[in-house]
Amino acid sequence: MTPEEQKAFEDRIYAYVGVKVCERTAAKDAVNPAMIRHWAEAMGDTNPAYTDETWAANSRRGKTIAPPAMMYAWNQEGFTVTRGRASDPQTDMVELFNEYGFTGVLGTNVTQEYFKEVSPGDTLYLEMEIDSISERKATARGIGYFFETLATFSDQNGEKVGTQRFRVLKFIPQEQPTAATGDDKLEVPTRIPSPRGHDNGWWWQAVDEGKLLIQRCKRCQVLRHPPRPMCGECQSLEWDSIESGMEGEVISYTCLRHPAIPGYPKDPVCAVIKLAEGTNLVANIVGCDYDDVFIGMKLKGRIEQVDEKTTLPQFYPA
Amino acid sequence: MVANIRDKAAIVGVANTAFSKDSGVSELSLAVQAIKGACDDAGIHPREIDGFATFTLDTNDEIEVARALGCGDLTFWGRSHYGGGAATGSLHQAVMAVATGMAECVAVFRALNGRSGHRYSQGVSGELLTADAIHWGWYTPYGLLTPASWTAMITQRWMHRTGVTKEAMFEVARCTREYAVSNPNAFFHGQPLDRDTYFNARMIADPLQLFDCCQESDGGSAIIVTTPQRARDLKQPVVTVKGVAQASAQGQEQMTSFYRDEISDVSEHRIAAGDCYEMSGLRPSDIDAAVIYDAFTPNVLLQLEAWDFCKFGEAGDFVLDGNLRPDGRLPTNTHGGQLSEAYIHGVNGLVEATRLVRGQSVNQPGKQVDHALVTSGVGIPTGGAILGKLD
Ligand SMILES: [Zn+2]
Repeated sequence: MTPEEQKAFEDRIYAYVGVKVCERTAAKDAVNPAMIRHWAEAMGDTNPAYTDETWAANSRRGKTIAPPAMMYAWNQEGFTVTRGRASDPQTDMVELFNEYGFTGVLGTNVTQEYFKEVSPGDTLYLEMEIDSISERKATARGIGYFFETLATFSDQNGEKVGTQRFRVLKFIPQEQPTAATGDDKLEVPTRIPSPRGHDNGWWWQAVDEGKLLIQRCKRCQVLRHPPRPMCGECQSLEWDSIESGMEGEVISYTCLRHPAIPGYPKDPVCAVIKLAEGTNLVANIVGCDYDDVFIGMKLKGRIEQVDEKTTLPQFYPA
Repeated sequence: MVANIRDKAAIVGVANTAFSKDSGVSELSLAVQAIKGACDDAGIHPREIDGFATFTLDTNDEIEVARALGCGDLTFWGRSHYGGGAATGSLHQAVMAVATGMAECVAVFRALNGRSGHRYSQGVSGELLTADAIHWGWYTPYGLLTPASWTAMITQRWMHRTGVTKEAMFEVARCTREYAVSNPNAFFHGQPLDRDTYFNARMIADPLQLFDCCQESDGGSAIIVTTPQRARDLKQPVVTVKGVAQASAQGQEQMTSFYRDEISDVSEHRIAAGDCYEMSGLRPSDIDAAVIYDAFTPNVLLQLEAWDFCKFGEAGDFVLDGNLRPDGRLPTNTHGGQLSEAYIHGVNGLVEATRLVRGQSVNQPGKQVDHALVTSGVGIPTGGAILGKLD
């Protein structure tokens, strides 16, 4: 493509930014227990808030709810899609990309945000627009553009239930595609690791091996964390360590809501935890809602792999 | 026994640049504009500056600043570490240099493109290759990545211990904003903060919502410190340093002193307070107005207790009784603070505290201000200073 051709192409493509893909449309079925059960079974999600009506009747909510992540399922077109899809501005735009050789397609990520819970009997409405199209990018898959659609879900009263952003890369496939492993740009981000040096590397190494250690002065036996080279009590440089039983109690806690950081779960709960051995540790609390955490709460920890590259102590309600 | 520096150094010139979200100029330009402004305010030529004090975080080398300003020979430069903990820390450097005769005229400055350049709210990244990278490594893997998240941890604990609610933080945010409304150089000039806006704002890190957090700003602030003898011959009413202290307490970390027996005591501020009061021979009841470091609203509450304006657990009632307001016991952050004027790492606070003692604040309280307190950041090695009229 000459610069002039590229400009002409981009003018046509960028004209789609802000264009409505579909007006507010009701889902074919109201939220119902059968579809919730199918979804929860397929996902292996046994949360009684979704499927156990007796349990739910006695819960804070008084009724079952649909899994929030299921939001997009209600408005799916269903089997008819196999017989072809009616054209809309998004299919037109994709066709335009294809015409210019950007035939490759890769869904890169989906982000959902939830504002309100829905229960059986509610009806979900969907409206969608093309929210953004990136500048031209050189990715390891080939030259391309990222576009993002924004789907907004509301209930029968017009109240916003959630949003979903879907990001797609349309690219010109390379003749000899690079191996996916060499593809930095499309790699799933992971948590920011601790650098490892003399004084802390052994501690993280033990975590990798499934153990939570606490440094101990060999001379006076005082425990210390985070690890450091000298004992502050007796100035000895000699140390060993003990393995923690990973039982503890919440000293304080918070939840990082904003900004969202790539590679991290949404809204991670972090806590200062007093371990039964007496030293404090900062780690995540998982396995319960933020609202259920309190100062003084008893916890039991496990070492878990939390993403492709990261292993960390994670604590659960005891 | 603390050092005797009372009335051995005076602040004779102060200035801020314009504050913005995109200065469009270099940090060096902001630095020299602020210092030149402070020289003009004092009625001195930049050539008379023979020393500088700033933050280790500042990107402006002293010799660059000196060449740009047209300074002559320098005999002193010193920097203070730990982010906003250096606000009064750099004043501390200047006072020591002037009091000992190492320099006669020291410019204290801080200039940053804190919004258009490096943004502190973006947290610490894995690409840091500094000596404290290992320190941050105890927190980054869990998502505890931002100043708000570290402050939230201490705040949650303190609220649990004291029973103080967000009503008190709202009062800090609202009252500070009221001062900014009448400060033309404040970002929130003319924009009051109402209850609904405050309580409905997005959660940043529980319990801190958007308006509990300071802004990110581009700008520079500077003050000129010299001897009281020299100060008498200059343009402005003389403001001297009655006490200035740095303090780091046992078990100190940067923002994350999470391994102390009690994580919400801000012990470092208690040490700085004790030293400042002893040096100055003053008591909390002698302080007429204050500039209390406010990167986050709870910072102000914890410091009111640490600096002994009220007892532990009483900061909520203290502010809800209206004591920070213009007619209150302790008009505080009368420039609009970092919450509502600009976030210049507390050095705009040194400017405001000096103006309060001179009687030149844009929101000058009705009562006489003989002594003003100014403090540095919370949760880090920190400090404070008491300024007053020359006896
Ligand atoms: Zn020892």
